[in-house]
Amino acid sequence: MDIFSNGDWLPLSFAALMGLSMLIYAVLDGYDLGVGILMKRATNDEKDRMIGSIGPFWDANETWLVLGAGLLLVAFPKAHSIILSNLYLPVAIMLIGLMLRGVAFDFRAKAKTGHKNAWNNTFFAGSLITAVAQGYMLGAYILGFDKSIAAIAFSLMVGGCVAAGYCLIGACWLIMKTEGALQHKAIGWARVSLWGTMLAIALISISTPLVSERIFDKWFSFPNIVLLAPIPLVTATLVIALEVLLRQLPKPDDRWCWVPFVSTIGIFVLCFHGLAYSFYPYIVPDQLKITEAASAPESLMIILMGALVVLPVLISYTFLAYKIFHGKAKDLSYD
Amino acid sequence: MMELDPALLARIQFATNITFHILFPSITIALGWVLLFFKMRFNATKNEKWMEAYFFWTKIFALCFAMGVVSGITMSFQFGTNWPGFMETVGNIAGPLLAYEILTAFFLEATFLGIMLFGFSRVPAWMHNAATFLVAFGTTVSAFWILALNSWMQTPAGFEMRDGVAHATDWFQIVFNPSFPYRLTHMLLASGVTASFLVAGLSAYRWLRHDRTPAVMAALKTGVLTAAILIPLQIFTGDLHGLNTLQHQPQKVAAMEGLWETKNGAPLVLFALPNKETRQNDLAIEIPKLASLILTHEWDGELKGINAFENNHPPVAQVFWAFRVMVGTGLLMLAVSWSAVFFLWKRKDLVKPLAYAMVPMAFSGWVATVSGWYVTEIGRQPWLVTGVLKTADAISDTPAPIIGISLSMYLTVYAVLMTAFITTLFYMARKAGQVKKDPLTPASGQAVVEALD
Ligand code: HDD
Ligand code: HEM
Ligand code: HEM
Repeated sequence: MDIFSNGDWLPLSFAALMGLSMLIYAVLDGYDLGVGILMKRATNDEKDRMIGSIGPFWDANETWLVLGAGLLLVAFPKAHSIILSNLYLPVAIMLIGLMLRGVAFDFRAKAKTGHKNAWNNTFFAGSLITAVAQGYMLGAYILGFDKSIAAIAFSLMVGGCVAAGYCLIGACWLIMKTEGALQHKAIGWARVSLWGTMLAIALISISTPLVSERIFDKWFSFPNIVLLAPIPLVTATLVIALEVLLRQLPKPDDRWCWVPFVSTIGIFVLCFHGLAYSFYPYIVPDQLKITEAASAPESLMIILMGALVVLPVLISYTFLAYKIFHGKAKDLSYD
Repeated sequence: MMELDPALLARIQFATNITFHILFPSITIALGWVLLFFKMRFNATKNEKWMEAYFFWTKIFALCFAMGVVSGITMSFQFGTNWPGFMETVGNIAGPLLAYEILTAFFLEATFLGIMLFGFSRVPAWMHNAATFLVAFGTTVSAFWILALNSWMQTPAGFEMRDGVAHATDWFQIVFNPSFPYRLTHMLLASGVTASFLVAGLSAYRWLRHDRTPAVMAALKTGVLTAAILIPLQIFTGDLHGLNTLQHQPQKVAAMEGLWETKNGAPLVLFALPNKETRQNDLAIEIPKLASLILTHEWDGELKGINAFENNHPPVAQVFWAFRVMVGTGLLMLAVSWSAVFFLWKRKDLVKPLAYAMVPMAFSGWVATVSGWYVTEIGRQPWLVTGVLKTADAISDTPAPIIGISLSMYLTVYAVLMTAFITTLFYMARKAGQVKKDPLTPASGQAVVEALD
């Protein structure tokens, strides 16, 4: 491996860092977007409780998107402009969705009581739009930004799948953070969205190698196929275990209420790993390699040094926040 | 149908988005410190009114923060979608500055905001104080980095061009480039002024509705006094900022002063309609020689006019007018805040006409800040990065209709959000006044909250 000798390690570490923040984003904002989508099916009291469970976190969760997109921008400006100009409209739509839900979160509690319902609906719509737009972008990215009708249909389908995945992790979050009737509901939601998520994973796994010959070779050549086999196998095991567990929840004393959430994170990580493996070493599928797109090494170095100092601190105060707000959610109040 | 120019649309879209964004940080940067002040006053005096003011303004802070965050996320995609040439040419410099902003500021404020807003009864008092401090600190650090970048775009330093791409040579010079200290100070003060007029204005609104509890009066006095202290400082630093601009971007100053021809003893133009066809001011009202005196400190000092910068100067009318709106608003703020201090000091209370004036003035900070930024940004044209990259060369090849769609979506959403924001502010002010207040001396903040809700 001559990664270190030729200086490629720097762009590669940035790609890894960027991938990591996207993954963290999908998990963290995934659960709060999911909660937003599921709100449609909750009663008014439950809505307050659901909002209460994500209140202290959503802002920091979204910051991971800013970091992921920011790293793409600062470390791989060329890739950033290709990707974002191809995804111009879905990005704009996602931003509108994020905007609507971010502010609806505040307005629903502060605006006139008569308007609360409208803001609840805005919160739901914003969360759904965001999730579908992100899935759409993933689909378009997998297809290398093909603009045919079939490609658009495929991307829309991936959009629906990602929304299902977010609902799953959102429901699992609620299983962990709530109790009583709402928890029962959340278990039901989790079981439904688990099916959607499974479908999503199957769909993406089947279509990705079919679309790209390079990925097909990468997956189905020896020895890769053996080395890769654990990914789908572990994923399948997790999905089945989750289904079995969900049927038995809630347990006495609320034991294991956190297990679905953790297993779902596992599923997300595995899927992400599969995607990352398929696309490496490209940052724009089949067009631009990671090493071709990078900024000047001096500038990357400056950022990397900063990141190495700041990230541990950042992660520790994130843990602090989760620790402070651990346990079952209460209704939100500024106390 | 008229051909739409994608460059023009992209500029309008960028300007719309950033104008909407800056409205909220310009409140939150300083309001965070005001909240910390309320909290510290409570800690020192144990007077419940400070906590009541704290809780009311925390809710408003949270609302402004949410608006700032969502519009900020939009901003972080704008460079890539609208100005790909920007990052390709100066990405080596802009990149690290943006990355440092995300890493050192955004996570800090976003995480501790949760603790500050919802952690009051879950964490010890010192930690809540610390969280409040860190949120205020984080917003200020945010401003530091983004202004370093913007100032570098105005007065670039510490870099060299290799194959048409900027490479950093000295990070200290990049961050502390010539216009940065002035721009940072002026912007932080602008935020202070904006927040204090908002606090004063909304409190005056409650005062007018006969909601004159100690908490309202405390916030009112804090707002008025802060405004009265900061505004003269703001005018002073504005003057220094102008002198600095004269040195580094004289064409911008020529546009601000509406000076078409280089002159010794240039007049200060109070009113005029700059005419780019005839390259003259129509209907000008001028004070002879004053501009030269202000900018060169000599009655007959020479000021360069637009004619000295052929094809390298910004549009005159926009810069000229934006500048007058900012300065005019600043002077109005001076008059209002000082009269309010006068009445609060002499009569221990407001008077009605003044209170009526203070309510719309709650948003005067927005007017001055946005017009100030228009002076700065339009005054930089035709450059995106002075002397390095022209705006026209950074444009994306996204077709005009697509930008048109996204622009109209943003405009619609912003119009709705702006309406909702302002009506909610006043609604919250009215609602806070209707809540019955039982006289009680709370042992903890918990009791205060229950009394309030
Ligand atoms: C409350 C807001 C506010 C008020 C009352 C003023 N300003 Fe200001 N001004 C700003 C808020 C602002 C700003 C929005 O913050 C700007 C834009 C960029 C910057 O750093 O500050 C600005 C820019 C700005 C510039 C542009 C410099 C450049 O871009 O090169 C000048 C020359 C002044 N100001 C001067 C003044 C003067 C002489 C004032 C006297 C009344 C004044 N400002 C009041
Ligand atoms: C927050 C207050 C700001 C406001 C209200 C503002 C306003 C504007 C306006 C009106 C324009 C359009 C100028 C024209 O095309 O004639 C513009 C352009 C631009 N500004 Fe700002 N700006 C602000 C701050 C910043 C900051 C902090 C940055 C960068 C870090 C920045 C970067 C840009 C860029 C890249 C353009 C596009 C290119 C151009 O038209 O020159 N702006 N801004
Ligand atoms: C003078 C110009 C600017 C100032 C002073 C400023 C300041 C701030 C502040 C204080 C915040 C914290 C949120 C809030 O209080 O509302 C914020 C949020 C944000 N700003 Fe700006 N900003 C400016 C321009 C920009 C530009 C040009 C960008 C794009 C690169 C940007 C991107 C963001 C983002 C992404 C957030 C959200 C951060 C979060 O998730 O907490 N800002 N800005």
